[in-house]
Amino acid sequence: MMYMNTKKRDSSTSINTHIRIPVICDTDTVQALILKDAVRMVDVRKLDEYLQSHIRSAVSLPLSQILEKDPSGIIDILKNLGITDTMPVVIYDDTFGALAARVAWTFQYVGHPNTALLEMTFSQWKSMGLETESKNNTFPKTEHTLLINHEIQADASYVDLAKEQENKFLIDTRERLNFLTEHIPNAKNMPYTMLRSDTNILRKPEEIRRLIENRGMSIDSEFITYCGSAGTLSGLAYYALKLAGIKNVKLYSKSFRDWKMLGKSKEEFKEANYWDLSAD
Amino acid sequence: MNNNVAPDSKHDNNLFTRSHIKWGKKEETDNFAQKVKLFRRRSISEDGFRRFRLQHGAYGSRLQMGYSMIRIKIPSGEITPDQLEKIAGLSEAFSIGSAHVSTRQNIQLHWVQLEDVSEVMRGLVDVGLTTREACGNTVRNVMCSHFAGVCAKEEFDPTPYSKAIAQFFLRNPVCQNLPRKFKINFSCCADHGLVRIADIGLVPMINDNGVKGFRIYLGGGLGAASFLGHLLEDFTFEDRLLPTCLATIRLFDRHGNRENMARNRMRYFVNETGWDTFQRMVIKERSIVEMTIASSTLELFRVHLENEQKEMSKAHRYLKLPVLDTQNTLSEGPYERWVHTNVVSQKQEGYFTAFVTLGAGDITANQLRVLSGAIREFSIEGTARNTPQQNFAIRYINGKDLYNFYTRIETAGLTNPGALTIASAVGCTGTTSCNLAITNSHRLAKEIEYKFLELQHDIDDDLRDSTIKISGCPNSCGQHEIATIGFFGGASRIENSMAPTYTMLFSGNTGEHGELGKTIMRVPAKRVIDILRKIIEIYKHERSGTETLRQWIYRIVNEAGTGSVKGIDDMKVLLSPVAQLDPIEQDPESYKDYGSDIRFSAKTARGECAA
Ligand code: SF4
Repeated sequence: MMYMNTKKRDSSTSINTHIRIPVICDTDTVQALILKDAVRMVDVRKLDEYLQSHIRSAVSLPLSQILEKDPSGIIDILKNLGITDTMPVVIYDDTFGALAARVAWTFQYVGHPNTALLEMTFSQWKSMGLETESKNNTFPKTEHTLLINHEIQADASYVDLAKEQENKFLIDTRERLNFLTEHIPNAKNMPYTMLRSDTNILRKPEEIRRLIENRGMSIDSEFITYCGSAGTLSGLAYYALKLAGIKNVKLYSKSFRDWKMLGKSKEEFKEANYWDLSAD
Repeated sequence: MNNNVAPDSKHDNNLFTRSHIKWGKKEETDNFAQKVKLFRRRSISEDGFRRFRLQHGAYGSRLQMGYSMIRIKIPSGEITPDQLEKIAGLSEAFSIGSAHVSTRQNIQLHWVQLEDVSEVMRGLVDVGLTTREACGNTVRNVMCSHFAGVCAKEEFDPTPYSKAIAQFFLRNPVCQNLPRKFKINFSCCADHGLVRIADIGLVPMINDNGVKGFRIYLGGGLGAASFLGHLLEDFTFEDRLLPTCLATIRLFDRHGNRENMARNRMRYFVNETGWDTFQRMVIKERSIVEMTIASSTLELFRVHLENEQKEMSKAHRYLKLPVLDTQNTLSEGPYERWVHTNVVSQKQEGYFTAFVTLGAGDITANQLRVLSGAIREFSIEGTARNTPQQNFAIRYINGKDLYNFYTRIETAGLTNPGALTIASAVGCTGTTSCNLAITNSHRLAKEIEYKFLELQHDIDDDLRDSTIKISGCPNSCGQHEIATIGFFGGASRIENSMAPTYTMLFSGNTGEHGELGKTIMRVPAKRVIDILRKIIEIYKHERSGTETLRQWIYRIVNEAGTGSVKGIDDMKVLLSPVAQLDPIEQDPESYKDYGSDIRFSAKTARGECAA
């Protein structure tokens, strides 16, 4: 509904005609695709949660299974889940979209651009009374091409250069107190908590654009997101920026832990005892 | 102006005909976002922007001007569950995931990026709140005792008047550019409320002819130099409430000191002019106001009397507080302890007010949500009040629901005992976010609370009526001068090293008979808890009969001790050894402030309140 922008991809062969889905997929679209058997739903929660109940036709792929894999290993996973080159894939979790985002980004990185996030979490889906099932779905193995999309990935040396460059913005998506403590020099803080709404894993595109523009950043710039370690929170921010219509977004997937391990420079702020304000 | 009074639909089902004023304005949020952009492009001056920012309730954060502390006004301290939930969401999205209850019934969000302030304001407007004139040289949040309406000693409920005054002055041209900030506090009775430390303090009373009115105090306030307010006249009729406030503000606007930033609060003007002269000036100005005020202006002052008990369900008639016996409290368990230290009965029979103990006013987003649910379900009035002791008061809980209320908020860890006791130490933000702070008063207040709860001082009724309040500098936001034992932060050089220290004051007191504390001595930050324990130890040894700690301290300060401690000097002799610091090599920890792992140094930046 809200993010609905489905259009058919031009294709001469009717057999491989698949819908090209937007980065965030609304429930109506997903339900329609499930009915037509025209989507692969991927559940990235823990296996036992999946086995209890999941969205109809979904396959299970806990996040932990992809984190250490190299691109060809990821492609093997796609094949085993019965995903073809052009098949729409919609991913969901129960962790406000962060785990789903990390998996979705990985799929896009190894050569499956037609990947989207479900607009809400599994709990929200369930509380709306939408259809679930508990049977363990498997699909016949398929073929899938490996085609790395270097455009959406950044490593430490790339970030090192980018942080000094105009029109490139480094977005730290950790919470405010962590950011104040230390961050990559020149990074701007947009905590993942500011990107979500009460009902959806992400705000409306125009709201995200407003947050960006308020910070004096043009949406024509290049954005690189990072978080603490696993690239999950920054993965979600990656999709928030995409949703806002930004073309050039990269994920520094190894994030701040990698940066620190490499002993690179940090900005720190020690003049205030801000941690003592937290009631946690 | 401010005429958007709408009943809050969520609360139609409760029995109060209470109207919730919409304080915020959407235009102001857009305007703020626009101004930030202009400021970043250097199209407006830094000073001009600072003034604008403060007028809209955003302070600069400690030594990081790209961040703000946003002060949300809670007029009369009355706040709805919807508003609390909104603040929870905003604190997660744009602040640090916790909100902070101030000593003047504001709720503050810290470390908000300047670029996001307009977003926070936008969210606040959705639920009727505003930050407008929460800082700057304006009429600040109008306070009202959190017991108003339920206090057994009050003559009538001043809340509607407090709200009407707040509504009248908000955005009013007459107070947009005063020489300095201006504070108005309502109490319910002679004991509660902070009427003598405000520019205008008001105590509701009914005269012998049954007419409503107020005792009005003028020219009080705490700060580097503090004064108690003076009583204007024996009785001020209800219909002279607005003219009196207006006259006072007009006089201050005309005669207040705009040159010397350090002496521009109204209390200095009153002091320099002399009370008798100032009193005559106010009376005269009031006649002028009364003769010249336009009826259209008068119409803007509307007191919405709230028909409170119209249909209130009858509470269980014979219900008593479950336990009031100190000896048994501990053996009976945490609920009894909580009731003993956090619950008071109301004048409405069978109804109770429960206090939610917070550490120096901090509460997480999740706790705010749980609290909101509990208020909806268990408070007949369906709102909460925040208190100058940095806690929440949830009122009109039917006695039969008290235990359920307790178990509900227990799920969020909100049932710490001690809210109404010495354990509930007050601490301003200090070095956690304030530009002027020298010490981490905020953390110290929390440390004292933890320690005192651990020592079970909360159930010691001899300590119950004493208070501890801490400011991170002499500016008194922590209200240290009205505490039984107060502290304000500073720095001391010991040999060649700096150590964080506090100046300790004794025997301050609130209410109509309030008094300011007397300076006793300096205490290193890391010795404050030891000193407090020593004071309690000496008191237990020295007190006569059943006198409480507060009464005993009062006697010592007035040199009327009967035991071996006759007065302040004897006291100092006993306390001095505890306050000694070894050189830094032997005791490096004492040269670091709470919450810090580096050596202490006093760093401050330009204060914002005066801008
Ligand atoms: S008392 Fe001082 S340190 Fe505390 S908030 Fe006020 S100005 Fe800041």
